[in-house]
Amino acid sequence: MMVLGGIGFTAPWLLLALAALPILWLLLRAVPPAPVKKRFPGVALLLGLKDDETVSDRTPWWLLLLRMLAVAAIIIGLAGPVLNPEAEQAEGDGPLLFVLDGSWAGATRWPQQQEAIEAQLTRASRLGRTVGFLTLTRPEAPVFQSADVWRSRLAGLSPAPWQPNADMLEVARTVLAGAGEFDTLWFSDTLAYDGRDDLLEELRSHGAVEAYQTALNVLAILPATYEDGAIQLRVLRASAGEAREVTVQAQGRDPAGNGRILASATATFEAGETEAQTALALPSELRARITRFDIAGQRSAGASTLSDDGLRRREVALISARENREGLELLSPLHYIEQALAPTADLIDGGLSDVLPANPDVIVLADVATLSEAEAQPLTKWIEGGGMLVRFAGPRIAASDISRIDEDPLMPVRLRAGGRSVGGAMSWGEPKALSPFSNGSPFFGLSVPDDVTVSAQVVAQPDPTLAERVIASLSDGTPLVTRKVLGQGQIVLFHVTATAEWSTLPLSGLFVEMLERLAVSSSAASTTSAALEGTTWIPRRVLDGFGALSDAGTLPGVDGPALIEAPTGPMLPPGLYTSGDRTLARNVLTTDATISPATWPADVPVRGLSVAPEQPVAGWLLSLAILLLLADVVASLALSGRLLSRSNTSAAALMGALVLFAVPADAQTAKEDFALAATSELTLGHVITGDTQVDEIALAGLTGLSDTLFFRTSVEPSIPMGVNLETDELAFFPMLYWPITPQQPTPSAEAYAKLNDYLRSGGLILFDTRDADTASFGASSPNGRKLQELAASLDIPALEPVPADHVMTRTFYLLQDFPGRHNSRDVWVEASDPNIEQVDGMPFRDLNDGVTPVVIGGNDWAAAWAVTSGGAPLLPVGRGFSGERQREIAYRFGINLVMHVLTGNYKSDQVHVPALLDRLGQ
Amino acid sequence: MSDPLSLRAGAETEAAAFPALLARAEHLAGAVLLGAHGRRRAGSGDDFWQYRPAQMGDSRRAIDYRRSARGDTEFVREREWQIAQSVMLWVDQGASMRFTSSDHFPQKIDRVRVLGLALAILLNRGGERVGLTGTELPPRAGRPQIMALAQLFCRDDMTDYAPPEHRGMIPHARAVFISDFMGDLEGVRTALTKAADRGVRGVLCHVLDPSEEAFPFTGRTIFQSMGGTLSHETLKANDLKERYLERLAQRKAELQSLCSLTGWRYGLHHTNNTAQAGLLWLYGALDAKAVAA
Repeated sequence: MMVLGGIGFTAPWLLLALAALPILWLLLRAVPPAPVKKRFPGVALLLGLKDDETVSDRTPWWLLLLRMLAVAAIIIGLAGPVLNPEAEQAEGDGPLLFVLDGSWAGATRWPQQQEAIEAQLTRASRLGRTVGFLTLTRPEAPVFQSADVWRSRLAGLSPAPWQPNADMLEVARTVLAGAGEFDTLWFSDTLAYDGRDDLLEELRSHGAVEAYQTALNVLAILPATYEDGAIQLRVLRASAGEAREVTVQAQGRDPAGNGRILASATATFEAGETEAQTALALPSELRARITRFDIAGQRSAGASTLSDDGLRRREVALISARENREGLELLSPLHYIEQALAPTADLIDGGLSDVLPANPDVIVLADVATLSEAEAQPLTKWIEGGGMLVRFAGPRIAASDISRIDEDPLMPVRLRAGGRSVGGAMSWGEPKALSPFSNGSPFFGLSVPDDVTVSAQVVAQPDPTLAERVIASLSDGTPLVTRKVLGQGQIVLFHVTATAEWSTLPLSGLFVEMLERLAVSSSAASTTSAALEGTTWIPRRVLDGFGALSDAGTLPGVDGPALIEAPTGPMLPPGLYTSGDRTLARNVLTTDATISPATWPADVPVRGLSVAPEQPVAGWLLSLAILLLLADVVASLALSGRLLSRSNTSAAALMGALVLFAVPADAQTAKEDFALAATSELTLGHVITGDTQVDEIALAGLTGLSDTLFFRTSVEPSIPMGVNLETDELAFFPMLYWPITPQQPTPSAEAYAKLNDYLRSGGLILFDTRDADTASFGASSPNGRKLQELAASLDIPALEPVPADHVMTRTFYLLQDFPGRHNSRDVWVEASDPNIEQVDGMPFRDLNDGVTPVVIGGNDWAAAWAVTSGGAPLLPVGRGFSGERQREIAYRFGINLVMHVLTGNYKSDQVHVPALLDRLGQ
Repeated sequence: MSDPLSLRAGAETEAAAFPALLARAEHLAGAVLLGAHGRRRAGSGDDFWQYRPAQMGDSRRAIDYRRSARGDTEFVREREWQIAQSVMLWVDQGASMRFTSSDHFPQKIDRVRVLGLALAILLNRGGERVGLTGTELPPRAGRPQIMALAQLFCRDDMTDYAPPEHRGMIPHARAVFISDFMGDLEGVRTALTKAADRGVRGVLCHVLDPSEEAFPFTGRTIFQSMGGTLSHETLKANDLKERYLERLAQRKAELQSLCSLTGWRYGLHHTNNTAQAGLLWLYGALDAKAVAA
């Protein structure tokens, strides 16, 4: 690439063509514009006329300039100009060390980085340099080999889910110390970390250092916390910049067990901020299913955070034997335990039989001695299914015979009668303190405060199993807390009360910590190293650098405090760790983590991170050239008088419109067109049967009926339409005419659903078997059979032949016959209410109910109504005058039918009786 | 417009708006045939001439009872003896006529064919005998003649500028020449002189396209005649406009003077005007007393 005045050219020799421009200028000047050929009879009169000016009409200078500019733009565009060209890389020889950060931060751009490495390997191979690799997240002594060997191993490199820490950098410095002279290419993951400067110094002592760093702004998500009833999510970015939105997706399993995105939230980085926050309020059932949070579009371990017990609020049911008495709040057996659990667990109140169906995680029974068989059985079942029953002793248990002779299934140990009391006014000795928790107890590692004393307790009877069931004991060895496994669940008994009556344990912080260790509750506070003292955590699933979870395999367990405090590394990969019933996620970033972009000394050349990236401008120049040439076309046409000549005006305008406003035509869907056509005026519709002739006659028939309505009534329908039951909306049509042909397809289930909707919402379908009803509404004609088949799925009420006093007989004309092309009397409508009797003196019954949803007949009405485009009848009806009379009655039936659809039972209103009586001549 | 049926239909439409044309005709001994021109004497015809008392030999049917009932005498209603006139048409079918400058109005040839045939239909309806100049279709009366005319009008002439056909002119008949008269005027002059020699008078109808009047051309242009035989190239068409218009005016003046010399009438028709206007003028021109002199 050649650089001229800050602009690089990929093909600079093409610029020589610019020298040809003046020649082109002269050529264009010399050639006049092409003539227009015109046919013109008046040429006879022109013969012999000479032009006044003998010089040829030259192209005007501005048009020439336009063309010159276009040609110049093409030449420069083809020369491949590039804004902000990258400086050429220095050649070199000798060994070359590739230093990779290899952390999660580079995972999102890993493929690009691999390409860059491959390109550099190719280059090193071309220059014959040996190459060594040093991945800072897994430092090993570099082996300098030929670049081609490394290229084959390139695919084996993968980012680690941690950042290089001080130890790793120390190792790296150590292994480099002995190496000789080499140049360094440092592929940075864009994030800064401690100790980089020292390593850089070490590297520079061996040779030149160059850095590669992408412009990616690394995003990372901090562990999710649960506060204020919502999951709080914080997202970091390495460098502040413009405002930006990121989507955080909560992944989990749906009830079917398939992984899916359960919820997503958008966090917005304000301009200039590096941290964004969002909250996700979810029901606790959904929250419990979340396994991880990911930043959408990022593929790195840092953009994922695993959820653990911290997000999970356990449901704890608290049950006590005594009803709370007013004013004795502090004496309530549940008061202290409520206080201890309320911040970190969801508490459920209620009777045992009420809370069991809610399937809580823990049930606390405070001094409940006896349980009825109806309660004990489901409770046992619930424990065996994984529930945890926590019982507290108290006066009632001490006084009862529970678990005295035989061990109660719901008690971990047998109890002696009455319990014991120490250090009281009537007893010997001092109140007992707790002994330190033994190794193997879930409480191991918790420090025992001195002020926790026990003055009364229930005492376990010695049993062979007692020793293994004790998880906490007093200084004299008496069991204080015992535990028994039952099925998948467990039963824990505190041998003291849940109140401060028997001991000071409920008043101490130890009580809360013990509950947490028992996984009765969980909170952020429990994940301090002190709280995890003495626990061992086994990795279950670990993250890789791309943020994918995989089985931990045989990775060793981790000490509790180390899990919290030690930096992540090969021995402590981020992932899910379990200890007993508790699950803890060690995430890539801790809650107080920050990320910041790596900076480089000014004398280290950094590639791939230039503020202004290379920008080829060839496309812009070529587009400009095309625009100029288009302008030239318009100008040339204008000059030669062809632009605005008669036939070219529209073409030119069209071309201009195409060039300037090349937008897709307004894509109004056919559906909208159909809706507009059907609803701008009242429109009659017929069902498209698929039989061309029948459909044509139906359409012509409705046209004739519409015309007749237009002429005679105030109903002024527009042109009728064919309706496709499958695709078209039916609700636009007050009435559908449905001619029956034996061949027509049966509508789909969706179409039937639409038809039933239509019938229920006041539509009317006129079924016409067109067979003169020879079968008398039976099934013996093919059309009749087809009608039965079609109507089987329709919501059609009971039918009857049109009664003489049906409202359809008088909605507009007074009619008794409803002929079409045939004159059969059998026309069926919805049966009227049989209970309505005709009132004496009234000409008709008071049938004030809705419009009949169907009219069924076989008179081939459409054929009688059908008109040609000229308005003449399309088909003959009957013979002579009587035939025309029949056609007229057919039209009147049509008008009555449409009126019936539109006005309903208006004419059934008795208000009109006198007028109608008058007209009926009664 | 090229097939006879549609041409005739178009012409019939144009002619339908007019009353039957009774061209004034001179009494000429040689062309006495029964037609619609009153001979100022009783005879067979449609117009009332006089009532005369019934005589022996008059058919009972001939008696006009309305007149007779006024008195005792029986009267017979006599009609004027009418004769027909011969009108010969020449409609320019040359290639130059197949020109139009816009889609909004017809080619000149379509216009002149309709005008010619409409005139023929009017005359035919009036009982005149209509035909073409030349020997191809001598004047005859009756509907079949219209069909024959329509047939002949549909033949395109390949020559660029067709000279008027002046052969076969019946003495003292009438003639109608319809053309754009863009070709050599010598042919027109010969035809008119020859016609004047034979006592034939008539009408010159000059049909022009609006662009031929306006010359709306600019820029470097090669003008070609419709047949392609003539061409003229100019570098600045708009410079020619004035001189072209001058020549056109000159040509019109020449045609007019030729007409006044020979007793013909000259009229100008533009294709952007309605055909009706042209036919109206032709009707008036043929009917004019000035011609009948």
